[in-house]
Amino acid sequence: MSAGIDLDDVCCDFGSFRAVDHVNVAIQPGEFFSFLGPSGCGKTTILRMISGFTEPSSGVVRIGGKDMRGQRPNQRPTALIFQNLALFPLMSVADNIAFGLEVRGIDKAKRRARADELLRLVDLPGAGDKMVSQLSGGQKQRVAIARALAVEPAVMLLDEPLSALDLKLRQHMRAELRAIQKRTGVTFIYITHDQGEALAMSDRVGVMSHGRLQQVANPRDIYDNPANGFVASFVGENNILAGSVGAVGQGFASYDTPLGSFRARMAPNTGGAVKLYVRPEHMRFTAEAQAENSVPVTVTDVAFEGNFISVHALSENGTNLVAELRNDGLGNTPAPGAKLHISFDAARAAILPDETAAEA
Amino acid sequence: MQDLLRRYGTGLTGAFVLLTAFWLLVLIVLPNFYLLENSFRPYLPRVDMGGPLDTYSFDNYAKILTGSSPTEVFGLTVTLPVHVKSFLLTVGYSAFVTVLSFALAYPLAYYLAKIVQPKSLPTLFLLLFVPLWVSEVLRSFAWFIILSLKGPLNFSLLGLGIIEAPIRWIAGYRSIIIGLVYTYVLFMLFPIYNAIQSLDTNQIEAAEDLGSPWWRTHWRVILPHAKPGIASGAVMVFMLSAGSLLVPVLLGSTESNWFTQVIQQWMFEAADWNTGSAYAFILLVLCTVFVSLVMRVFRVKLSDIAK
Repeated sequence: MSAGIDLDDVCCDFGSFRAVDHVNVAIQPGEFFSFLGPSGCGKTTILRMISGFTEPSSGVVRIGGKDMRGQRPNQRPTALIFQNLALFPLMSVADNIAFGLEVRGIDKAKRRARADELLRLVDLPGAGDKMVSQLSGGQKQRVAIARALAVEPAVMLLDEPLSALDLKLRQHMRAELRAIQKRTGVTFIYITHDQGEALAMSDRVGVMSHGRLQQVANPRDIYDNPANGFVASFVGENNILAGSVGAVGQGFASYDTPLGSFRARMAPNTGGAVKLYVRPEHMRFTAEAQAENSVPVTVTDVAFEGNFISVHALSENGTNLVAELRNDGLGNTPAPGAKLHISFDAARAAILPDETAAEA
Repeated sequence: MQDLLRRYGTGLTGAFVLLTAFWLLVLIVLPNFYLLENSFRPYLPRVDMGGPLDTYSFDNYAKILTGSSPTEVFGLTVTLPVHVKSFLLTVGYSAFVTVLSFALAYPLAYYLAKIVQPKSLPTLFLLLFVPLWVSEVLRSFAWFIILSLKGPLNFSLLGLGIIEAPIRWIAGYRSIIIGLVYTYVLFMLFPIYNAIQSLDTNQIEAAEDLGSPWWRTHWRVILPHAKPGIASGAVMVFMLSAGSLLVPVLLGSTESNWFTQVIQQWMFEAADWNTGSAYAFILLVLCTVFVSLVMRVFRVKLSDIAK
């Protein structure tokens, strides 16, 4: 039923602008795969190439192993959920859901039965006779999902469908989408610029920037072992220090900065310009200097964020460092003005190719 | 109103209101009321006006039922009063002109609204508008020349080998239909263009993505969305066609008699403004009824058109 998708060295040019640049990825049948990236990174173009609204300038899109070149969207086994959902406002909810079946010449009674069945699947039983305008944002979302599922696609393509919803509903729909995907076993390809969404829902995430696929990995690896500075910065916060690599050995390297010398993880064949990336939640404060990766600082600002506390500190040479402390209720938050040492584990810090310039 | 007052002051606002009232009252309501009043009075010599003979009646309206002409309709011979026949033909052919205009305007409107590159739109619109810079009279005369038996159209068709003998274009109602479609097709094009343009392109793509062939996307998604635009275009083209005098006069053949020509004959040839007015109101009222009925059939509300 569900099919895998291969993007084989796919490029897409709009005039002189290269929207998608040599993308290679194999998406497994039944996988929940997200393309994550800032707006303009080419992720929507990828989606439109898979659904058939845009043809690649070069390279091949395969669905279930079949070359899709020259196949119109109405000939592909994909169903696209648009960012604005694109429900048909002049049709009832049931007619919306059954549209794909109507197109396939299925008779009215069967269509209606299938629409009602899908409405139960998306948790909207009995809404078939309503008009689209009578539904709330979250309900419209479900109808769009049901409409796409009605044609029994091998691949579902979702173009930031949650972006218009409020935070609570968004979190709820995340779980819902994930559950529907597991229940139906259809391959989901999800486009988003929201890292939280991508990490929470996906089996694998492909991070994109400037038309290039920067890294494809499971959410944990994307966050913990980013391939480069762009991925590290786009997915989560960082303290970024510039300097130069010193002694290298056994997956670690020393890194000299104006703030002092640090030790951090570095992949064996890392080349080019690099920077040191440390996540704020991996920073900690101590009264005494630690054996390594320790900097004396003065706390400048303490921002209470609810479940965590963001602490800004200034080193002696004027570098701003940020630590995020868990709000554990023990009340050991440093006060502004406190003179402390900030430190991190070498295993929690990474020396990565600097690609923040590419992000701009 | 408050807003107008605040923005333009009492003087200017008063001027706006007075001018609008003047336009509505003096140029529209009063003349129509004058014609309506006259349509119920007999056509009398000057001396009898206001005399005992000058009484209100429906006599002028009843005149449409006098005189008869046997007409062949689908093999049946029907005897109709001459002017009723002329009226029915006018309504029928105006409806035909409307359908023809729609058939021409819809594909073009869709093309302009959804397919063409936005940067070439101004040029295309200019090409559509350029003919309007020439007066309607001249354009109708131009068609008279184009359609004449030894005119450019027959010359081209003969030259291209499409026809073997010249076609008599100015015969029956043919040339009137061609002229009316040409004159009023833009009134159909622009409302439909506006309607289709306001359709979210994603809806068209969503339909295609769900497997819909192009014709079903038009039938189920684009046409229903464009319905108010089609309705307002159709009402305009129909009413303008039925009320057109210039095109039937210039492009009419010996066999054609548009109802407006009948009105014109009463008013200017018989100098009987009373009967002419009665006929004019018959045309106005019956066309309005016809349009309302068609709108009822196609489930279009007046408020949809006003949008």
